[in-house]
Amino acid sequence: MTRDTATTVILPLLGAALVLAVWAGLSQTVAPDLPSPARTWEESRRYVLEPFFKDGETNQGLGRLAFYSLVRVGKGYLLAVAIGTPLGFLLGLSLRFHQTFDPIVQFLRPISPLAWLPIGLIVFRQSEAAAVFTIGLCAMWPTVINTAVGVRSIPQEYLNVGRVLKLARWRMLRKIVIPATLPYVFTGYRLSLGIAWLVIVASEMLTGAPGVGGFLWQEYNALVYSHIITSILTIGLIGFLLDRMMGAVERRVKTA
Amino acid sequence: MALLKLRGVHKGFQTPKGPHPVLRGIDLVVEESEFVCVLGYSGSGKTTLLSLIAGLMEPDAGEILLEGRPIQGPGPDRGIVFQNYSLLPWMTVLENVNLAVEAVDSQRPPAERVARGEHLIRLVNLWDARHKRPHELSGGMRQRVAVARGLAMDPKVLLLDEPFSALDALTRATLQSELARIWMEDRKTVLMITNDVEEAILLADRVVPLTPGPGATLGPEIPIRIARPRLPRHVNRDPEYHRIRQAIADFLVTQRGGNGGPPQALKAA
Repeated sequence: MTRDTATTVILPLLGAALVLAVWAGLSQTVAPDLPSPARTWEESRRYVLEPFFKDGETNQGLGRLAFYSLVRVGKGYLLAVAIGTPLGFLLGLSLRFHQTFDPIVQFLRPISPLAWLPIGLIVFRQSEAAAVFTIGLCAMWPTVINTAVGVRSIPQEYLNVGRVLKLARWRMLRKIVIPATLPYVFTGYRLSLGIAWLVIVASEMLTGAPGVGGFLWQEYNALVYSHIITSILTIGLIGFLLDRMMGAVERRVKTA
Repeated sequence: MALLKLRGVHKGFQTPKGPHPVLRGIDLVVEESEFVCVLGYSGSGKTTLLSLIAGLMEPDAGEILLEGRPIQGPGPDRGIVFQNYSLLPWMTVLENVNLAVEAVDSQRPPAERVARGEHLIRLVNLWDARHKRPHELSGGMRQRVAVARGLAMDPKVLLLDEPFSALDALTRATLQSELARIWMEDRKTVLMITNDVEEAILLADRVVPLTPGPGATLGPEIPIRIARPRLPRHVNRDPEYHRIRQAIADFLVTQRGGNGGPPQALKAA
């Protein structure tokens, strides 16, 4: 076995095993209401092993649930990125724009998704649109801010090249400003995706829409606690995979 | 009429401790097809001088005239080769040079532009590396791309900001002779700043020393009447070369108050 395999596979597995042991210990001793790993698996097998089963709206496999959540995230994320990217560029490029709108950005940024959701429901009157709106609004800030920082961080020497060549405004943007900013923009995209996934779970819990978060809250109300844990594990896994995927994209952009 | 003329140029910066003069009363004339070297210590204001001529900064007083007309901001007519190369890292050699070709030759048909780009890259011996990105190139190669890009701008005056100072001595020597060779083909007007006395004598028609700052001015000029091509191994045996080199070095050192004496005027060539 190579050194690489040891560090990237064995060590994480050891870590996971340790967590499982702690969980099992806790459920035996301090928190008897918390289902043990064994019981969690027993009660959740079907959802994992038959991920695409459907026995009606309230009883579906994890594969289907994850799919619904991901579709919602997709819509909200695209909204966040479509609005956030040009907004970030404007904030970085124009001092006036920055002076006018940066205070509003800083004001809106810390507002929790849970506060936006009721507004979304009032304005759009249906939970699907409200959830997408909430995701978009919460997820866009890392894109906005990282893009703006990226624009402001462009080394003056690259801009000087453009100035000496007397490049037209759009050429300057296309050939110098945008390529120089791209690594920052993609970092923003990765962070935004993380937030979007976070928000979808909260949105689903509040609106009861079908998805991983919706399932979690539904099972809590149905007192089937082991399903809550299964949902949590699923949410974590998907979030982890999404981040890995975006990380790979980000790396490709940085070395391009 | 002189191609480039500076008259009474002053430039200073505001610091927390008050105004700090960098350049004082700069007068300089550069004729067409001349190769002029401004020589000075690091920090004496050489890059500031070049930035002013390039239009990247404005002087506090005085005027800078190109072909008799005051310059207005940066432009390819005063193409500059930066000290740190400033190649765009996301573009290949070919794309970096073509950026300049297209900016300047937008009127010409595409075939001509492509040919021009190729000619310049071949001129600096980088055709085989044309698809490489700057991070894949050595320092010497990057500098050659920067020179090719500077020439691609088809400038009236080519400004070189200590182009070889970041390179090792051997690469430096190679690039000096390459630059001399390229210049002899084209006879562009060149203004180069450097801190290397020998480099200045090897390349220039005229050497103008810059006194050490603050408030640097240009000292008396020294014409270099050594025949071209100036191959280092021949030039090294030329007593005229050694005399000039010593004279310039003495001037710069005593300007700084070294050699145990007060600043002295340069001994006439």
